[in-house]
Amino acid sequence: MLNHVFGNTTGIKITYFSLFSCFLLFTGFIYTSEVPQTILKNEQHELAVKGKQLWQKHNCVACHQFYGLGGYIGPDVTNVLSATGKGEPYVRAILQNGTATMPDFKLQQHEIDALVGFLKEADATGKSGREHFSIDATGQIQNTPQTNIKP
Amino acid sequence: MNRHIGFLFMATGLLFLLAGIMFGILGGVFYLFPQELRDALPFTKIRPLHVSAIVFWILFAAIGGLYLYLPKYKKKHSARLGIWHYLLLLIAATAILGCYFTGIFGGREYWEFPPILALPIAASFILLGINFYKSMRKNKEPWPAYRWMWLTGIIFFLLSFTESYLWLIPYFRDSLVRDMAVQWKSYGSLVGSWNMLINGSALFIMEKLSGDRTMARKPLTFSMFFLGLFNLMFNWGHHIYSLPVNDFIRYTAYIVSMTELLILGKIILNWRSTLSEAKRNKHLLPFRFMTAADIWIFLNLFTAILMSVPALNLYTHGTHVTVAHAMGTTIGINTMLLLASICYACTRFLGKLSSKSIRWVNKGLYFGNISLLVFWLALLGAGISKAMLQTQNPSIAHGLLMQQLKPWFIGFTLSGAGIVAGLVMVIVPLLHFMITKKIKLNTQTAHKLLQHS
Repeated sequence: MLNHVFGNTTGIKITYFSLFSCFLLFTGFIYTSEVPQTILKNEQHELAVKGKQLWQKHNCVACHQFYGLGGYIGPDVTNVLSATGKGEPYVRAILQNGTATMPDFKLQQHEIDALVGFLKEADATGKSGREHFSIDATGQIQNTPQTNIKP
Repeated sequence: MNRHIGFLFMATGLLFLLAGIMFGILGGVFYLFPQELRDALPFTKIRPLHVSAIVFWILFAAIGGLYLYLPKYKKKHSARLGIWHYLLLLIAATAILGCYFTGIFGGREYWEFPPILALPIAASFILLGINFYKSMRKNKEPWPAYRWMWLTGIIFFLLSFTESYLWLIPYFRDSLVRDMAVQWKSYGSLVGSWNMLINGSALFIMEKLSGDRTMARKPLTFSMFFLGLFNLMFNWGHHIYSLPVNDFIRYTAYIVSMTELLILGKIILNWRSTLSEAKRNKHLLPFRFMTAADIWIFLNLFTAILMSVPALNLYTHGTHVTVAHAMGTTIGINTMLLLASICYACTRFLGKLSSKSIRWVNKGLYFGNISLLVFWLALLGAGISKAMLQTQNPSIAHGLLMQQLKPWFIGFTLSGAGIVAGLVMVIVPLLHFMITKKIKLNTQTAHKLLQHS
């Protein structure tokens, strides 16, 4: 079987082309598949976009994570606004002054507003903590309760 | 294609490796003294300096291999294109490190530089692609698997590197989840693309060392290549199991990742012959590095498969288990294979290393790998402890969590220093050999030319 498929250049080229075609189709699916819709109004969404620019400008991802992706020196901030004992005043205080390990970025009030707006949008996409997931029969994890992704 | 350029790439790569491991040590020290280093050496600068320097080590050294191992073609523009290729990549790399030092960021994980600097990197790979094509176009023989791997590496680097900048388009940028999904899709393939360049060179060297010309042309070798390509294209989703994307993406990643069990099975089946081959060739320096890489492939593949099971990934994701895997693959596999390639290139094209140099390289190889094992275990320990602490108390304060992990951080910082020491013992003799031999060869060539004229 292997000899038949990979024993000649034509077989190799056909396999490569077939895989590449599947890759292109899969890529198209990923680009267009449904993702959680933003629940923020237009004006708030624009603020969140500005917040995201600031997030990148200060390279926050070097220390923090969304959905567990990023650096580990700082905490995951996906749901920092809705977490018990945290919330907006807590986030604003940290952004204003830094912490023992996070530098004070000397942010202006409007920049703090934008970053909070971005965190609000992130919070609305779903829950990232382990306690929000259950394991199904196949070993795959499912977010419970369901996030606001469309079926 | 061109030996001078090949060695130029490799020597530059070694310098980036030196820089990268030094920044890595600083990163480890930051974990121990975050409050003291907060303003003087912020982690927002150390991390990208470390990551990018190591990425450039991989790119320069892997590309150097291509320039040395691809057939030569005689037209002048091979060298000219090669020099342009080298300069573009070097300018981009230097400018990127400069941006990090001065705090100018684009802020995307792993590519944290301003997007404009992506252009010279992409252009340099286009030049590499042109050189590859020119080198191969008159070759009518069926290609061995390593040429397919090199071609795949170049194509997929360009595709996925471009894809990693789709965030510049509002459609992708304005949705956090879509942006992250595409970002991790591109990163998965990007890492796969430079793995193809490295593994291609490793296969080339194995063919040359064994003298078995059929090795890289066997159907089984091609089936393993296609399995790797299949995973490059479709397994990246295991990074984003917890991201609220379509289930089809997550299940595809799960199923495809499990096909890596076939590679693991092949390694176990071939274990005995690998061992006897290792004994037979232990006097060969490149082979020693490749044997070290083999052991790391086994360890990392085993952990990667476990981490790709979503039920386990739920606990390992967002912890230092992921870092252990990244370090194990980057240092244990990629760096060992690239050092094997550099040792092979030195002995094949420049002559034998002195016995003193070989002794140092051997010491460095053993010391570096033992330190890496401790480092890897310390990171795994930190990750598992973090997962346990967070599971027991989901609302545990981050500061408290980090404090409890400190013994593991001490472990990985100290063993990290061991890795640096081991790698320095390897890098310095190799760099010294390359520089002195190249100067000597160039002087001899100049003398000959003068005599002729």
